[in-house]
Amino acid sequence: MAIALQYTNVTVADVDESIVFYRDALGLEVQNDVASGNFRWVTLGTSAQPGLGIVLSEPHAGRSQADGDAMQELLVKGVLPMLVFNTDDLDATFETVRASGAEVLQEPIDMGWGQRDCAFRDPSGNMVRIAQAPAP
Amino acid sequence: MTPQELENLAHLRRARDLIDREYARPLDVPTMAARALMSPAHFSRQFRAAYGETPYNHLMTRRIERAMALLRAGTTVTDACMAVGCTSLGSFSSRFAEIVGMTASEYRRREHHAVEAMPACVAKTQTRPSRHGSSRNEEAREAAPA
Repeated sequence: MAIALQYTNVTVADVDESIVFYRDALGLEVQNDVASGNFRWVTLGTSAQPGLGIVLSEPHAGRSQADGDAMQELLVKGVLPMLVFNTDDLDATFETVRASGAEVLQEPIDMGWGQRDCAFRDPSGNMVRIAQAPAP
Repeated sequence: MTPQELENLAHLRRARDLIDREYARPLDVPTMAARALMSPAHFSRQFRAAYGETPYNHLMTRRIERAMALLRAGTTVTDACMAVGCTSLGSFSSRFAEIVGMTASEYRRREHHAVEAMPACVAKTQTRPSRHGSSRNEEAREAAPA
């Protein structure tokens, strides 16, 4: 039995603003854009990991007002779970994302066990970490 | 929340990020408040309402969390104190004992198998000492004298 992650959801304050970050800065491709009522669910992915969709939606999308309000507050406070990406060129990725104007949380540094990583806030306040495994 | 309240919350987040990033510098509350575009008194109240502790306590908790990582790696207590931005060994030591529940030298001597297996960004949240009696920092609590 093989099992793999197919979709992961990221809550964002504004879908269009976030597409600019995830597509133009991180280099993901928009694969799907579905509207329902006043909300949209935008799926992005990468050819480096076919079959995995990262779905952006807003806090109140598909939720009650109270639940959406709670999600929105956690999002803006910056305490929702982080996303961790992997790249084969951390320094180039860092420069591209920084040049897009994203808030830098941490420049690339070597971690204790050989991996390097850096961290940003996406435009909504989600922590996005980017790692590079040590060369084999 | 109103758009203004959300904007203020985002400013508080940026100030909190500043603390987490620049903890080793001599940060004071007016500097943090400036990042949040608020007066120091208003900033302290708002920060505490949002994150459950004052900005200064958040800074000290961050410093102690980083000091714990250095102590686990074998750094001396004095070097760890200076490396995280504390200038007084005495106040560092008492703050460490208050938050972690044991002295810095006791903590340094202990074994830390579970934390060594964690990525640093996970260890940061999992080992972050807490004043709120949460489930964090079980490693220290288990070892605290009864």
